[in-house]
Amino acid sequence: MATRRKGQTLFFAGPPTILATAAVVGPREGAGPLAGWFDVVKPDRLLGQKSWELAESKMAEEAVDVALAKAGLQRREIDVLLAGDLLNQIIASSFVARSLDIPYVGLYGACSTMAEAVALGAVLVDGGYADRVCALSSSHHDTAERQYRYPVEFGSQRPPTAQWTATAAGAAVVGPPGAGRVGITHATLGRVVDWGRKDPFDMGSAMAPAAADTIAAHFRDTGRSPEDYDLVVTGDLAAVGHPLTHDLLKERGLDLEGRFVDCGRMLYDETQDAHAGASGCGCSAAVFCGYLMRNLVEGRFKRVLLVATGALHSPTSTQQGETIPCVAHAIAVEGGS
Amino acid sequence: MARPDRATTEKYARMVARHAPRPPLLRNVLGAFLVGGAICAVGQLVLGLLLARGLPLKEATTPTSTIMIVLGALLTGLGVYDEVSKRGGMGAALPITGFANSIAAPAMEFRREGLVLGVGARLFTIAGPVIVFAVAAALVVAGFRMLVTGGAGN
Amino acid sequence: MSAATALTPVAILWAFVVGGLFCVAAQLVVDLGRLNPAYVMVLFVVLGAVASGLGLYEPLIARAGAGASIPLPAFGHALVQGMLKGAAQSGFTGLLGGGLAATATALTAAILMGLLMAVVTRPKG
Repeated sequence: MATRRKGQTLFFAGPPTILATAAVVGPREGAGPLAGWFDVVKPDRLLGQKSWELAESKMAEEAVDVALAKAGLQRREIDVLLAGDLLNQIIASSFVARSLDIPYVGLYGACSTMAEAVALGAVLVDGGYADRVCALSSSHHDTAERQYRYPVEFGSQRPPTAQWTATAAGAAVVGPPGAGRVGITHATLGRVVDWGRKDPFDMGSAMAPAAADTIAAHFRDTGRSPEDYDLVVTGDLAAVGHPLTHDLLKERGLDLEGRFVDCGRMLYDETQDAHAGASGCGCSAAVFCGYLMRNLVEGRFKRVLLVATGALHSPTSTQQGETIPCVAHAIAVEGGS
Repeated sequence: MARPDRATTEKYARMVARHAPRPPLLRNVLGAFLVGGAICAVGQLVLGLLLARGLPLKEATTPTSTIMIVLGALLTGLGVYDEVSKRGGMGAALPITGFANSIAAPAMEFRREGLVLGVGARLFTIAGPVIVFAVAAALVVAGFRMLVTGGAGN
Repeated sequence: MSAATALTPVAILWAFVVGGLFCVAAQLVVDLGRLNPAYVMVLFVVLGAVASGLGLYEPLIARAGAGASIPLPAFGHALVQGMLKGAAQSGFTGLLGGGLAATATALTAAILMGLLMAVVTRPKG
């Protein structure tokens, strides 16, 4: 029988495929370096809703609908919705699930949620438990700020290590082998890694060891090497965490030179005042569902490893002086299935 | 290693420090000086106008502060104060206009949670510590001074 | 400082410079000390109270006007002076009540303006 699991990595026999994806982003993201790679760019962050939270739900819902339209599916044809976000009790996702009326499993992986959702979607399909799964993740700058940091009109100066939470949502429809053009061949589930960092305004350095840990586990479990991939893409390590992960991997004998990028560094340019870069579940979700997937479908990339990273602290834990535990989940996707 | 030993975390802390971007100190200090100075200059104009109406200095500082608080709150309501603070840093936070901003901003933000439990409860989330510890420190100082000199202030 | 001297260019410049320097000091503590601005604001207001108790703050206001009365340490100063005045008038209860009494106008204005902004405006993000 073929290997189903080695170490932290799941091997998908099919492999299950991604039928379609959709990325819905806010104005700042739509004006950044990846402009043109997203399906929908919204004109503002409130979208006529009563609260920032409802606006985030609306964007996430739209991402699902656009992905379904691209896959030629109705809402009722989706067997399970796997979704998560940054809000307390993942309320944005729960409200989307209420609208969509699909069986719902809520996930919390902070900014690693997109990879977590796609990985679990692949498990359900590959295991024969579902035919069509929708993986969804979103974040919103203002909902994150008012929950984790300060009210948006409060005048505070962000340090250079701070990241800007992306206002974005990404949805991916996962289905059986042959149904889509991109296959999910492996998923490496991360373990929680905590190297003693405490500053919630510097999540990059907190998450870097987790990213290194999962990437190393992936290569160890699969026997692959960096050259087997066109790109190894981390979620939102940004300008501080990304070089740290690169160096940590080098210490372990893994050289990712020339093929190591980060969604948080790709989403905004220097003029957009994002300091270290983008963060939020929506960052890796939108970059994966927009830019990476389109390139995979159109054949420009053959094999990509997405390593989404999450900082699992809460406002309470950091105020209590606790360190920040982090996790990184990886999915290996391959075009031409 | 999921939870490494002290030696590893300390080594990593040094690695992070080597990679860490420095805050643009000169730019921040200049911004703080210019923005803080400008706000105080505006305050001086207000103070002068009040003195011109015949108020003695000791009585004029209170209405001056009040007017500056109103200004700070208005600029917060207009969505301008956070922009000023991006460049001014502590130059925007330290003057009393910053105090007003720290009260008006959560008030506006938590309106969605209602006037009582949102606005009312959260009005002092940021300014609270300043008031609490200012009162506590003032009590210690004034109490001490009373014991030492047995007299009133200057 | 009187009406005659307060509005001169020199006085305004003094206010600018002294106020600016207060803010520079705070900015340095935040950036070099890597402290949360909230802690720095508490520190400065406490230092203002101490300076007031030592009799240093009032002369500073007389010389620098708004440059000293607008930054946050002035709040600590106002509290101390109010408490001392209250103590002189009615002993211990005056000591306790005098501080907030002296700053009541400013605090009331802040509360009312906060409420007004909440009702009249929406955060722009």
